[in-house]
Order: sequence, then C-alpha cells, then structure tokens
Amino acid sequence: MTTISDIKSAIASSSARKVVEDAIEKAKNNASYHALLSLTEERALERADKVDSGDIKGKLAGVPFVVKDNFLAFGAPTTAASIMLENFNAPLQATSVEKLEAEGAICIGKANLDAFAHGGSTENSAFGPTMNAYDVTRVAGGSSGGSAVVTALDIVPFALGSDTGGSIREPASFNGVVGIKPTYGTVSRYGVVAMASSTDVIGAFTTTSQDAELVLGIMAGTDVRDMTTLPDFFSPVDVKPHQKIGLIKEFMADDVDSEVKDRINDYVAKLRQAGHTVEEVSLPIVKYTLAMYYIIVPAEISSNLGRYDGIRYGHRTNKPQSLSELYGKSRDEGFVTENKRRIMIGSYVLSSGFFDAYYLQAQKARTLLINEFNELFKAYDVLIGPVSPTPAFKLGENTSDPVKMYLADIMTVPASLAGLPALSVPAGTTKEGLPVGIQLIGQRRSDSQLLALTKSMENA
Amino acid sequence: MTQISRDDVQHLAQLSSLQLSDKELDDLQKDIENILRYVEQLSELDTSGVEPTYQVTDLENVFRDDTVIDYGVTREQLLEIAPDRLENSVRVPKVL
Repeated sequence: MTTISDIKSAIASSSARKVVEDAIEKAKNNASYHALLSLTEERALERADKVDSGDIKGKLAGVPFVVKDNFLAFGAPTTAASIMLENFNAPLQATSVEKLEAEGAICIGKANLDAFAHGGSTENSAFGPTMNAYDVTRVAGGSSGGSAVVTALDIVPFALGSDTGGSIREPASFNGVVGIKPTYGTVSRYGVVAMASSTDVIGAFTTTSQDAELVLGIMAGTDVRDMTTLPDFFSPVDVKPHQKIGLIKEFMADDVDSEVKDRINDYVAKLRQAGHTVEEVSLPIVKYTLAMYYIIVPAEISSNLGRYDGIRYGHRTNKPQSLSELYGKSRDEGFVTENKRRIMIGSYVLSSGFFDAYYLQAQKARTLLINEFNELFKAYDVLIGPVSPTPAFKLGENTSDPVKMYLADIMTVPASLAGLPALSVPAGTTKEGLPVGIQLIGQRRSDSQLLALTKSMENA
Repeated sequence: MTQISRDDVQHLAQLSSLQLSDKELDDLQKDIENILRYVEQLSELDTSGVEPTYQVTDLENVFRDDTVIDYGVTREQLLEIAPDRLENSVRVPKVL
C-alpha cells in the first residue's frame, strides 16, 4: 500500500496537481464503496496549484488526505452523516485540519461514518453504509468506516478519524490498515462534532506505523480552544528492546473467533522472535466495561447533542407551530434511531432517582478499571489482544439488535474509558481473506513507544 | 429487572426534546429496556469507598489569559447558517 513518502516522491517527480487529481479520480472510480460523502475537489486543486507554485510548503506539501465527516473543514458541508447537519457549511475548520494544512496537506474529501459517530459498522449513516474494502458484502466497521476504507483502497495515504469507544481501531482492524487512538488529550478536538467528551479523541488511519507517527506528530499539542489538550509530549523514540508484554486473556476467550486468535498468536510469536517476552495477564473487570461505557457515553451524548435545537444551525422542521414542536420535530427528523436511543438512555441514567445507580456507579467502576490497568502497567510495558472478537461481519447482521452490535466494542472500550493510547495494526488475514488487527495498549503518553514497537515489527 | 412502560418512554422522549412517532416509541421501548437490562449487571460490582472518575487528563484548573481570541468567524457567517433569519436576528416561532 502507498505510504506518505511514496506520495511525496510522486509529487517530486510529477506535480501536486497530478497527485491530487489522481486521488480524486480514484475516489470517483471507487464510489460504489460509499466511503466518501463529498469531495472537496475545487479547493483541493487550488491548494495543489499553490504547492506547485511554491506558495504552500511543509512536511506534507501536496499530500492528499480525507477527514471523517464530523471534522469541520472547508470545501464541502460537515454532515456528521446526519440529516441534522446535511447542509451545514462550517464557518471554521478543526484545529487538526488547520495543523495539517499548515504543513501543506490537501484534504480531498469527507468520509462516511455512523451518524454523529454512534455505531460500530457505519450502517447508522443517514446516507447509507460503507462497504468493507476486502468484501463488499461486509461492514466497513465504524464509526470511522469511510476513513478506514479510503486508506485501505489506497485512495489517500492517510485519513483522520475520531475514536470514542473503538471508532478508529475497529474499522482499521476490519480493513487491514493502521489505526491510532492516541492518549486522551493528545490532539485538539476543537472543530470536531462532540460525542462523549470524556473519551472522544482524534486519531488517524495510515498504511504504516511510521506514517501514523508523522501525522500524529503534526496534530499533537495544546490548543487554547480545547482545554483538555495535554502539553505536546509526542516525539518519536527508538524501540525499547526486551519489552514485557501482557496478552489480555479475557480478550482471547472461547467465544472469540478462532482465526482472530490464530492471527494474534502469530503476532505473539513474532514479538517473541524479536526478543520480547509475552505473558498471559488478566483484566477481570473487562466483563463490566461495556456496561460502564453504555451508561457513561449515552449520558455525555444526551448532553452534547442538546445543542441541536433547530434554531441557530442545522435542520429545522417545516413550519413548526410552536417552539416545542420546533425542537421536538427538528430533532426527530434530524437524528437516526441510534442517536435517539443513546440520547434517551442518557436522559434515563442521568435522571434524579437513577443517577446514583447508573451514572455514579459507572464512574466508580471506571476508577476500578483504571486501577486494574495501572497494576498491570507496573509489570508490563504493553498490553495486547484482538481489536474485535470477529473479523468484519456481514452488512445487516447486527442491525436489528442494538445490544449485539454493542458487544463488538468489548475489546476497544477499556482503553477509551481509561484514556490510554491504543493502536490497531494489521496481523494478517483469515482463510477467507478478511483482515484481522491486533490491538496494542500502552500507558498514558506512551504513544510513541507503542508506535516504535509496531514500526520495528513492520520492518522485521 | 427494569421494566420500561410506554409512559416512561414518552417521558424520556419529552426530557430529550424528541417528538417521536408511535412506531418509534414502540421500537425504542423494547430497545431501551434491553439496553438497560444489559447495563444493570454493573450493580453486581462492589464500589463502596471508590471515588468516581469524571476525567482522565490529570489536568486541573486550566487557565488562559483573559484576552479575546479571534476565531475568524463573523456575525454574518453565523447568521448565514441559521435556518431562518430576519436581518440581524435568528427567527423562531412565537414563544409566549
């Protein structure tokens, strides 16, 4: 697959305009995957010409990329794959997009997602699902499904996504690309449609760990517009030799697909060959993390999505008779069913009388989860396991049962609730040819150590 | 076991400012009941004496200088994205 440095060579030997035109053409030729909701062609070509004339410079000068359509970006509406924001033309750009543009990168389009990033398959998009890059009868994963698929199809060398409970790692795993969910607070979320503010992070899809390091390095750092950003700690490091790695045994349980486990065990063997020690470890609280997640996250969603009122921007119902009808109908028409489920669950767990039993209990349980992780990190450098219990499932397979759909997130939500960095890197394919990803979880701010390890494995 | 009545769903919809159709109310009643049954298992966990975690940054009291930040967005741009405007105002139906 194409790397950023391949693209830079192509720009040097032809032009940024040629490279950007090729990417746009490839996007159009692959329209049947429904990975993109819009192209920002006009703006992209204008910027490419400026790269060729020397007016735009930088580490990524002329390199095309795609953003998930919950990132505010110029050149096309920011829809969050919803009717609510179908015609929303953002008056500003996300900090992450601005930082990449400041290094000369060129956004060529906006990728499909589950509406408002609520989902794990991209089937909750108000505009229809994205197909898996390896099998069009299967899901792309989600919620950042479109971003994973455009990277896997080699349309662009990198794409941005957001990850609240696995929304970068799961589609990366399903489409055989690298996906990084950095430490909570690494990258500014200013200008990205908020979902659950205590776990939302911005990250990237790339074809190599080297490229993930490059893109994350550009996006990381404090932003006064997002007060949860950490001071920039991200800088590439050399791989630490003889690491102690813990394989989370609860992630390798009997109900996990056997071919997924086989691919993880292959990777474990490679880690051992490279001189690292891998031992089985236990994270017993894992069985409760999905319950924590589906209390905490809907609570935060119900609050964050309160802003969509049909007044200042977004969808407004036709000829409302009263203010309450304006709110009620605009929101009913603007949200997909999964958005409504989560908003209402959030309203329930936050209501007086239920607050202590659900929300407070979940936040206390979250502390126990963090304690278990901290204990393991006293003895281990990295924890590993699958990203998802199965390879990409069939389109429509889980859509009628929300709880079944949620179970696909069981291995990705723990790192989200604890704010830990986690990667999904390709670990091979099943006999049927479906990609399987391995997940690596590190201590907070160990993002570059994780990438150094996967980089060394890719080069091994 | 949590039982969610149709009135409960109606009430939740109202709290959430969602004016739902009858069909949606029926479907959501079933879904919400199933989801709450799933998350209820958390009550098994002993959390006595445990402090809740509300955020994971370890940052506290993040201050900034008390100066105006230029966000590069004009009043006209903001009015342009409003669904209904009248001159320099956003228009809404009569409230009182």
